[in-house]
Amino acid sequence: MKNNIVAVMKKEFTRFFSDKRMVLTTILLPGLMIYFLYSFMGSGFSSQFEQTEDFKPKVYVENLPESVKTIVEQENIMELTEVSDKETADILENIKNGEEDYNLLAVFPEGFDEKIAAYDAQSGEKAPNVELYYNSTETDSSSAYSMMASVLDAIESSMANKFDINAGDGSYDLASDEDMTAMMFSMMLPMLLILFLFSGCMAVAPESIAGEKERGTIATLLVTPMKRSHLAFGKILSLSVIAILSGCSSFLGTMLSLPKLMGGSEGMNASVYSLQDYVLLFLIIISTVMVIISIISIVSAFAKSVKEATGWITPIMLISMLVGITSMIDSLCKTEPVFYLIPIYNSVQCMNGIFALNMNTTNIIVTVIANFCYAGLGVFALTKMFNSEKVMFAK
Amino acid sequence: MKELLQVQNLKKTFKVSAKQQKVQKTKERIKVAVEQLSFTAYEGEVFGLLGPNGAGKTTTLRMMATLLKPDEGDVLVAGTSVVKNPDVVRGKIGFLTSELKLEEFFTPNYLFDFFSELYGVDKETTAKRKKELFDKFEISKFAEVKVADLSTGMKQKVSLVISIVHDPDIIIFDEPTNGLDVLTAKVVTDFLLELKEQGKTIIVSTHIFSLIEKICDRVGIIIDGTMVVCDTLENITAEKCLEEKFFDIYAERAGESNEK
Repeated sequence: MKNNIVAVMKKEFTRFFSDKRMVLTTILLPGLMIYFLYSFMGSGFSSQFEQTEDFKPKVYVENLPESVKTIVEQENIMELTEVSDKETADILENIKNGEEDYNLLAVFPEGFDEKIAAYDAQSGEKAPNVELYYNSTETDSSSAYSMMASVLDAIESSMANKFDINAGDGSYDLASDEDMTAMMFSMMLPMLLILFLFSGCMAVAPESIAGEKERGTIATLLVTPMKRSHLAFGKILSLSVIAILSGCSSFLGTMLSLPKLMGGSEGMNASVYSLQDYVLLFLIIISTVMVIISIISIVSAFAKSVKEATGWITPIMLISMLVGITSMIDSLCKTEPVFYLIPIYNSVQCMNGIFALNMNTTNIIVTVIANFCYAGLGVFALTKMFNSEKVMFAK
Repeated sequence: MKELLQVQNLKKTFKVSAKQQKVQKTKERIKVAVEQLSFTAYEGEVFGLLGPNGAGKTTTLRMMATLLKPDEGDVLVAGTSVVKNPDVVRGKIGFLTSELKLEEFFTPNYLFDFFSELYGVDKETTAKRKKELFDKFEISKFAEVKVADLSTGMKQKVSLVISIVHDPDIIIFDEPTNGLDVLTAKVVTDFLLELKEQGKTIIVSTHIFSLIEKICDRVGIIIDGTMVVCDTLENITAEKCLEEKFFDIYAERAGESNEK
């Protein structure tokens, strides 16, 4: 009997790509949703923590010292209003309530400048205390606090400046934009990619195996002379292609929106990676998807319904996500090739290496070969299951 | 006449789950579905398997169609063992049962082509046979309608047509007219007669006496998984009509069971 793998694959593709809703929800929407969600979150975070350049907090000061007044007027960074101690209760209430025109209340001791000039740190006496009242849940109030603290730091430094740190104009952080990108991507993307790939596989495999079993359509295929191995191989290959498309969509959405999520860091983009990096990444993705599809297919073949299959697969997905987190923990990132025989872990570590721009070719080869072997074992197991009446026709 | 299908001492048991034990109010952990069942179907004849629900008819047919493996015994389909060469057997038979469903997303047209490809039928033959069968069963005008949108009768017609895309010599039909309206049932019955005229060997399981009387040459009556009677329709109905004869046998069998 001729090879029916292609016939099964064609059927799976026709089933999937003829259903606009499935294409939309499995391939297009994940990427678009991730892009817009991450971009939206990024802009939200940015606006939460960044102030516009012309922002001047309204600060109320009791016993305003000349030193503070001079610096603030020079820098023109705040609107200062002198107040008496009788007014402070109302101001505190307004700050507490998050009123727009009340960002900070600074209470200085009387004769602050003279007191700090006369103060001897060795004397053991209490240093003059400045009280800054603000509301940390209000962005403007928090900014006002930071500004006033900086002004006071500057005054303190000017009075007893023994040494500075990185006070020159040079660039002291030697990390390049490439390094920053590599660090951020290598921490975040392996786990996200595993999650996206798993989600893509989950969207199609249970429906194709457990769904066909549940609806009785798989039995119709099993009475044909097609070899069970062809059915298993055709299913796994076609589902892998669909899952890869879904994973790529999510991956693209993430790559494009991650810089925005990270606060719009300039220079942080995917162009730091070479074509070779992308080819290796794609190899890892293909082999990983085939492993995941094999696992999900086997579990789905055991299940009596899509619902049951999804219930069994969810814990496996959670374990995979936990394995994905290993890319963020240095002590769990092993370099010995033997560790790259562990499915999912090997893929996470290879992705980590590729994104961090320090990949180990041997480990990538071990991973790809191991994953294809596991996928082969999966096809073998699925073939056995298609042959088992207990599995296929259990009631 | 050539023996085209030989069923030899078939035995099949199923494990009874705790849930099934509760539902069926039994403590038995093993259910014998078919026991020492043997019969032969000759080339060009229609063999009818008659029996009440749960008698083991469907299990027997499923073993013949290689969906289930016999615990003991074998079935030789045109000389090929279902135990040793199930893949080859599948290519020689056409099997239709209500438990085999068609994917509802696809159209009859697509499914016919797909299954023809699986059976290794060339494109030219597929096109010719599709036109012939679709016209006969009046599927042509629904050829591009998704199976999900077809009526029950039309779905059954499509299932029947799909089961014989490869023009098999041995056709196994499990309750082919079950759940069909009278018009569709007649179309199916007439088609079975036409296949008989073409010299096909047909095994049909049913509990509809009139269908057996109309199309079968020989009949096997199965009760509790064993073949109670296996003879020509002529011999079985020599004294009484099939229905009366069946109930006599059934009552006799029930009496024996009670005595045991």
